[in-house]
Amino acid sequence: MSAGGVGTPKSLPSSGPKSLQDMPHPLAGPSSEDIAGGELTPSPDLQLPRSIADKDLSLPNGGTPAGTSSPASSSSLLNRLQLDDDLDGETRDLFVTVEDPKKHVCTMETYITYRVTTKTSRIEFDLPEYSIRRRYQDFDWLRNKLEESQPTHLIPPLPEKFVVKGVVDRFSEEFVETRRKALDKFLKRIADHPVLSFNEHFNVFLTAKDLNAYKKQGMALLSKVGESVKYVTGGYKLRSRPLEFAAMGEYLDTFALKLGTIDRIAQRIIKEEVEYLVELREYGPVYSTWGGLEMELEEPLEGVSACIGNCCTALEDLTDDMTEDFLPVLREYILYSESMKNVLKKRDQVQGEYEAKLEAIALKKEERPKVPAEVEKCQDRVECFNADLKADMERWQNNKRQDFRQLLMGMADKNIQYYEKVKSVKLPE
Amino acid sequence: MSSCLKYVSCRQHMTTEGNFWSKKIEISVSEAEKRTGRNAMNMQETYTAYLIETRSVEPSDGQSVLTDSLWRRYSEFELLRNYLLVFYPHIVVPPLPEKRAEFVWHKLSADNMDPDFVERRRIGLENFLLRVASHSVLSEDKIFYLFLTQENNWKETVNETGFQLKADSRLKALNATFRVKNPDKRFTELKHYGDELQSVISHLLRVRARVADRLYGVYKVHGNYGRVFSEWSAIEKEMGDGLQSAGHHMDVYAASIDDILEEEEHYADQLKEYLFYAEALRAVCRKHELMQYDLEMAAQDLASKKQQCEELATGTVRTFSLKGMTSKLFGQETPEQREARIKVLEEQISEGEEQLKCKNLEGREFVKAAWADIERFKEQKNHDLKEALISYAVMQISMCKKGIQVWTNAKECFSKM
Repeated sequence: MSAGGVGTPKSLPSSGPKSLQDMPHPLAGPSSEDIAGGELTPSPDLQLPRSIADKDLSLPNGGTPAGTSSPASSSSLLNRLQLDDDLDGETRDLFVTVEDPKKHVCTMETYITYRVTTKTSRIEFDLPEYSIRRRYQDFDWLRNKLEESQPTHLIPPLPEKFVVKGVVDRFSEEFVETRRKALDKFLKRIADHPVLSFNEHFNVFLTAKDLNAYKKQGMALLSKVGESVKYVTGGYKLRSRPLEFAAMGEYLDTFALKLGTIDRIAQRIIKEEVEYLVELREYGPVYSTWGGLEMELEEPLEGVSACIGNCCTALEDLTDDMTEDFLPVLREYILYSESMKNVLKKRDQVQGEYEAKLEAIALKKEERPKVPAEVEKCQDRVECFNADLKADMERWQNNKRQDFRQLLMGMADKNIQYYEKVKSVKLPE
Repeated sequence: MSSCLKYVSCRQHMTTEGNFWSKKIEISVSEAEKRTGRNAMNMQETYTAYLIETRSVEPSDGQSVLTDSLWRRYSEFELLRNYLLVFYPHIVVPPLPEKRAEFVWHKLSADNMDPDFVERRRIGLENFLLRVASHSVLSEDKIFYLFLTQENNWKETVNETGFQLKADSRLKALNATFRVKNPDKRFTELKHYGDELQSVISHLLRVRARVADRLYGVYKVHGNYGRVFSEWSAIEKEMGDGLQSAGHHMDVYAASIDDILEEEEHYADQLKEYLFYAEALRAVCRKHELMQYDLEMAAQDLASKKQQCEELATGTVRTFSLKGMTSKLFGQETPEQREARIKVLEEQISEGEEQLKCKNLEGREFVKAAWADIERFKEQKNHDLKEALISYAVMQISMCKKGIQVWTNAKECFSKM
């Protein structure tokens, strides 16, 4: 089976294959315009509550479409996922792009904003199109909100928050562009996620004119409701971890290690290439100097000098590309692995809490076989978490494979282009 | 291993007009061997000996027959060359490969006993012999003939020529450089060119060595990808095969640099030959300066003697002379004494005029012969270096093609991930 439409390259600005008018409404029946996945309408559970305030916040799955805590919601979730995988890009109904970075100079600070453009046919959105500006802070806020409100899901990583001043220029074109690409990828990954894309905070992030007002409101809300979706990290001892999560944990450990090694190798290569470039820059002109001494040999000597100059330019392009396009993606995945490991830990905690409660009950022999509601809720939490996480891990693995396929092919391409450029030089007769 | 002569375009066969060669010959330095022996101080030493084989070619069928085969060491080659420098000062004498490894980059050994160094030296020595053998003048030299044919006592034969005594002293040559009044402009320009050429080629060789070093590093680090991709593939399901095979290509890439740089060493050796040729060029210029200086001194001496003579004859003292001084201090000399002195001077003047004529003739012939060889050398240099540069460019293109191949293969492996 081919790579499928779900995990298509995230670095390209998404553009709908059809105009918005032609796009089938998610709840519409099959029409003649529908192609491949058109008959498969998403489950009717799509009607999401608009605001989190309506929901019982003690439940872990505040964002899932089902809205109930029964295991049935997991299967409908998986259902949705399968539907998602079957859908081509053509029936995707939410497109997000990050572009057009601009510098803002204020009295207190200088910062960059990015234009976030949304095109959608979802009913959760009042308008089909939105265009607002956001800064890194806002993305960071969004990510935190998502982690809070969707703790059972894997939230994509953001590019590094802090930059060592003096080493990297925060306002240089290359840095801003690298960051823009990463932010674009971040939003696209969320937009492609069957659960996260329906998150309230995500919606507001994409649409609100004044995000700060909403942020303040959100804070007030939380303090009203009180204890929210935080988990008791009580250090419960886990009796046995389900195989798939144990395996995932081990996998992520090794994966992050290997990526770290690759990052170091790539950096070392770039360093060696830069030093090679330094020497080449001295090497080429010596041939020209020699050419100045000669008559008959002047032409071939100048020719060699020009070849070397050409090589320098091509090499500079290669090292720039690798620095800007290759290294950041590696680091992004290392961050991703780290945040995933945290989610795995949380899952362990939830399971641990449930097991502990269960044990406590078993000790009180006078209790009826009827399991108290509290323990039942714990069990639900565990099962929902496991289902969400398992689904997300599968998606993640698939996306990871495609991302790395593209990344490594890109690396090979850049090297091929380098050699092509150097090769394309005229030989003296 | 057959000798590779790709950079000697004049793999020459002797003309049959030679004194010593009745047929065309082929020369090769085919082997190198480590030897131990005792040196002049009776201390044990290790050195390398080179086998020189001379073949005679049948004009009828082109078959070659081995006629001579002997072993020589580097110091004997040096002796031969020093002899040629003294007896043929108007010739740009072909240089020997370097005595010690210079312009090395980190992987290359600076050790004279290192097999790669010995191999490159073997090729350089063969090149030297071929250059001499293809030179219309040098090839007819008896000592050269004996070098190829007389295994024993060749050293003694060379020394018997007394060439060491004939050699101009370094000091004298240096003197001449600064004091010559009317050098031939062409030689001055040529010497200047020789200086510049030496300077630019050594700069080039130094930087090239650094470039080689860096390039080596770039390629070798890629080998680390091979290992980590292999380790990574172990934890992957669908991606595993693609990663593993791509890693293999990275290993191939890393290994490819060794051959590439070895080929480049040959290019460096071609440049080195002309670096040393520049020195030979300057030697000819120095000889001219020396001869010119000699000539000027002789002419000056003659002029002063003539003046002295004139003064003695006419009684006027215009120039300072010791005799004049002493006669002032210690009394006049007798007319007989003066006559005697005039006679001596006149003889000296006559001798001097003969000598001057000779020196002038020598000088003109030297200039003529030297300039002919210089023209020959210029053509050879232009031809050889042009070929070297072109083959260097071809090497670079070939390196690019290999690079494209490997990365295309790797890309295909990645695409299957």
